[in-house]
Amino acid sequence: MMDEDDFNPEVVKRFLFVNRKAPYGTVYALESLETVLISAAFDQDVSVVFMDDGVFQLKKGQDTAGINMKNFSPTFRALDGYDVEKLYVEKESLEARGLTEDDLVVDVEILSTDELREIMAAQDVVISA
Amino acid sequence: MAYQLNGTTFEADEEGYIKDISQWSRELAELIAEDENITMGDDHWEVVNFLRQYYEEYQIAPAIRVLTKAVKKSMGPEKGNSKYLYELFPYGPAKQACKIAGLPKPTGCI
Amino acid sequence: MSTMLHTVNKSPLERNALDSCLRLAGAGSAILLIEDGVYGALRGTSAADRIAARVRDFKIYVLGPDMAARGLSEAPLVDGIEVVDYEGFVDLVAEHEAQQAWL
Repeated sequence: MMDEDDFNPEVVKRFLFVNRKAPYGTVYALESLETVLISAAFDQDVSVVFMDDGVFQLKKGQDTAGINMKNFSPTFRALDGYDVEKLYVEKESLEARGLTEDDLVVDVEILSTDELREIMAAQDVVISA
Repeated sequence: MAYQLNGTTFEADEEGYIKDISQWSRELAELIAEDENITMGDDHWEVVNFLRQYYEEYQIAPAIRVLTKAVKKSMGPEKGNSKYLYELFPYGPAKQACKIAGLPKPTGCI
Repeated sequence: MSTMLHTVNKSPLERNALDSCLRLAGAGSAILLIEDGVYGALRGTSAADRIAARVRDFKIYVLGPDMAARGLSEAPLVDGIEVVDYEGFVDLVAEHEAQQAWL
C-alpha cells in the first residue's frame, strides 16, 4: 500500500479541464469533476475553466431531491482542500446566462475571452467535457 | 459482499464499502471495523465522525492527503499526520476509515 | 389536427432544439421544458428574447423539479411561462393527443 502523503510525482504537468456542459442533463460535468479530483490527488498542476453552459455547474442553490440524482455542487467547495485553486469562469459565458459572480458556489476568477485564450495556450494537457 | 446485523442484511461492494450510506449506524460501523480487525476507540470515532462531517459538507470521501490536511486544520498537527492516522487505521486511513464511516471509496484513491 | 405536447430537453444556449420547436410547433400547442431545457425559461439570458417573443403563440411550461436541481427555484422566468410539477407533467400528457420530443 502506498502512502499518498509521500507520493512524489516525477512529472508534474499542467492540466486544464474545460467544462462546457450544464450539470445533470448529461454525465459530462460529474465525470469531469471526478477526473479533476483524481488528477489533483496525483499532485498535478490543475486548472479548471467553466464556460458556455458549464458555468451552470456552479450555480448556487441546487437541490436534486426531486430528480433522484446526487447534487455534486458542494464538491466544488472541496477543491481548495485538494489544492485546486485555479478556477476560471469566462465573463462572456456568465453574462449570456444572466448570472453574476454572486450566483456561484465557489470563489472564481472571472476572465475575458482573451485572458482565457492565453491560459489555454499555456497548458500541457487540455481535457474537455 | 454484505454485512449481517441483527437479522438485517446490508449490501456492500466487493471491497466492503456499504452501498447505501443512509443505512449507516454506529453499530454497523463497529461490525465493519471488526471485519477490518479494528477495535473502535474514542480516537477512531473522532476520525470516523470527522469523515462523516466532511462527506456531509462536500459529498465526497477525501483522498488521504486531503484528509490529513483537514484533520490537521481541525484537530491540530499531533493528529493531522499520517503516522497517527496509520496507527489508528493500519491498512490506509482514508480507505479503512471511510469504509467504517459508511462512505464510498475515497475519490482519487491510489 | 391533433393537439400536441412538445417537450424540449436541451439548453437553448447550447443547442437549437428549442428554436426548432418554436419554429415548427403548430399554433396553440403546449411546450414543456424539461431537464437542461429548463434553462430556456430563464429571464436575462441571451436566449430569453426568442422564447419571450412566442409566449402568446403557445402555452409554455417548465418542470419545477428540474429547475430546483439546477438551483433555479427562485430564478426569474420569462413572463407567461408556468411551472408544473410531475403531476402537472402527467396531466399535460393526458390532456394532449400526441407528444413530440425535441432532443
